[in-house]
Amino acid sequence: MTAQESPVTEQAQAPVDTHATSGTGRHVRFRVSRFKQGDQRPHLQDYDVEIAPATTVLDALTAIRRDQDPTLLLRHSCFHASCGTCGMRVNDKEALACVTEVSDLDCDTVKVEPIANQRLVSDLVTDMIDFYDRFRAIGRPLLRQSEAFPDSEVAPGVEEHRRYESCIECGLCLSACPIVASDGRYLGPAALAAAQRTVAEPRGGDTFSVLRLTDDAQAAWRCHLSFECSEACPSNVDPAGAIMFIRRKLAGQRVNSIFGRRS
Amino acid sequence: MDRQPSAPKVVIIGGGGTGGALAHDLTQRGVRVTLVERGEITSGTTGRHHGLLHCGARYAVKDRESAVECIEENTILRRIAPGSFELNDGLFVAVTDAEADYEKVFFESCQAAGIPVRRVDRAEALRLEPRLNPELRCAVQVPDGTMDAMRMPLRFFATAKRNGAEIRPFNEVVGLTMTDAASPRAVTGVSVKDLTSGRTYEIGADLVVNAGGPWAGKVASMAGVDVPIQPSPGILVAVRGRYCNMVVNRLHASGDGDIVVPQRELSVIGTSSWVTDDPDHLTVPSDHVEMMFREGSMMIPSIRGAEVRATWSAARPLIGERGASTGRELSRTFKCFDHAADDGVEGFVTISGGKATTLRAMAEATADVVCRKLGVDRPCMTREVVLLPHTEYYA
Repeated sequence: MTAQESPVTEQAQAPVDTHATSGTGRHVRFRVSRFKQGDQRPHLQDYDVEIAPATTVLDALTAIRRDQDPTLLLRHSCFHASCGTCGMRVNDKEALACVTEVSDLDCDTVKVEPIANQRLVSDLVTDMIDFYDRFRAIGRPLLRQSEAFPDSEVAPGVEEHRRYESCIECGLCLSACPIVASDGRYLGPAALAAAQRTVAEPRGGDTFSVLRLTDDAQAAWRCHLSFECSEACPSNVDPAGAIMFIRRKLAGQRVNSIFGRRS
Repeated sequence: MDRQPSAPKVVIIGGGGTGGALAHDLTQRGVRVTLVERGEITSGTTGRHHGLLHCGARYAVKDRESAVECIEENTILRRIAPGSFELNDGLFVAVTDAEADYEKVFFESCQAAGIPVRRVDRAEALRLEPRLNPELRCAVQVPDGTMDAMRMPLRFFATAKRNGAEIRPFNEVVGLTMTDAASPRAVTGVSVKDLTSGRTYEIGADLVVNAGGPWAGKVASMAGVDVPIQPSPGILVAVRGRYCNMVVNRLHASGDGDIVVPQRELSVIGTSSWVTDDPDHLTVPSDHVEMMFREGSMMIPSIRGAEVRATWSAARPLIGERGASTGRELSRTFKCFDHAADDGVEGFVTISGGKATTLRAMAEATADVVCRKLGVDRPCMTREVVLLPHTEYYA
């Protein structure tokens, strides 16, 4: 939705809850993966929720927990695609529940499952320890230079324009990656993308040791370039592009080392 | 840390920023801490705000106490959580004659509160932030910043956990255990349901802290006491793209839709204010969404055509009497309630109010009360201890 599409007249209609989960008459069935510690395997459970035009999958799930089933567990925090906690699989595709509008899915039944390739804790909650373990060796840049407007000056007292890195650590790339699914030893797209950011914008860091860590059969060279990670990423990180960048860098270094130079 | 098995034990209810900062403060003072939260950590109000690292300027004219708290905590957080903020400062912009007239009292009030301020003329303001309304009259630069609303508080949890605190998300308090009717009333622990397994169990404690934020009233009612918490939601709109690098505020007395907080690849327009009794059911009123664009475009005209990334609401845990109608008249400062003094219930303390920027100060004030009650004579360490990176929470 853009601002132009929303009614901005001064004599607007009576205010409505744009994220309503009841009273709208538009019913959608949510088929949600359920799992508790001690269960053999997850099973799907159906819930009926009414939706409004801007109701998100996250709104529907929190409404289910509030109004129908207080035992339904999920992770969420920021509600605007900045924290990455509500990554899940919606109709078999990786998505952030907070920015997935149900009406955009254009279906009467929405299947919701936890992200794949991570240890399941309960229902839609996975343990993120494995995800963060992959960053430990690489390091995790948090702030980057901001793309400021060409004519903007930096205010006195401010070092330089900064913004957070784009990666929101949601795990959707690991969930979508076919290599991670078949081989848990693969470093995976999120950590390789973090490595690429360190190399592309060193900020005083040691790019040589980071590059050396990626130069491994279970790191940059393991990827099959299926691009599932970049497809799944909700935050413009493009891990597949980052992996190609690293490979070019590594290949360049090898050429240099043959001729006795180290870049 | 010499945390003996005999050290006093505290249970904290609520995994928001306040609970996390309190867990950190108490573990630093040698107290054994278990924190329980019914959802994921920071799933209530904490993760949902616009991410403003306040410098206090927004409160300088009307609420000196809040302003001073903010600039002190802003300075401390920069020191103890390095690398966690987009430190691009903030601009308050006057776009009307009335606002230009207001600049003098605003500027002087900031100075009086100890907030570093700098006058910026129209031409310079437009060089700093080219997308600002070209009609602007003048601006003031202040040390605002942007925080990651989840990852900054997560550093308190990470540090507390490393120092021995037990953090239990998805564990919901279903009741408080109390002394039997014959003795003076006292809270002796909590009954908890582990929602990942369905198992219910009890945790005994020398003291229980209610850090439920807007849910603090519900938690307090389990002990039969009342706390004057008024959940006060506001709406936020995140649009794609950075429309500014500095935090842009409207130079006027606090009002609706008067701030744009750039964050990551987004810009967040906030906010509005109303009151509710149910913080679990926050609406996103269509007229408030429109108001964010209308008011936001007074500061940055092109934001009106921005692509919406998300619209949502967050509930502030304001302190005040029930019956207030908009929430704006309620105090922003926090309060710690010792229910022994107020209600005759021993072993039970509530912390509420405040804001993300003052989470450490809220924790310090609460830990002072807790330690005094428990006979722990250890000073607060949290002004100096540098926090672990957020990633260490997942270790």
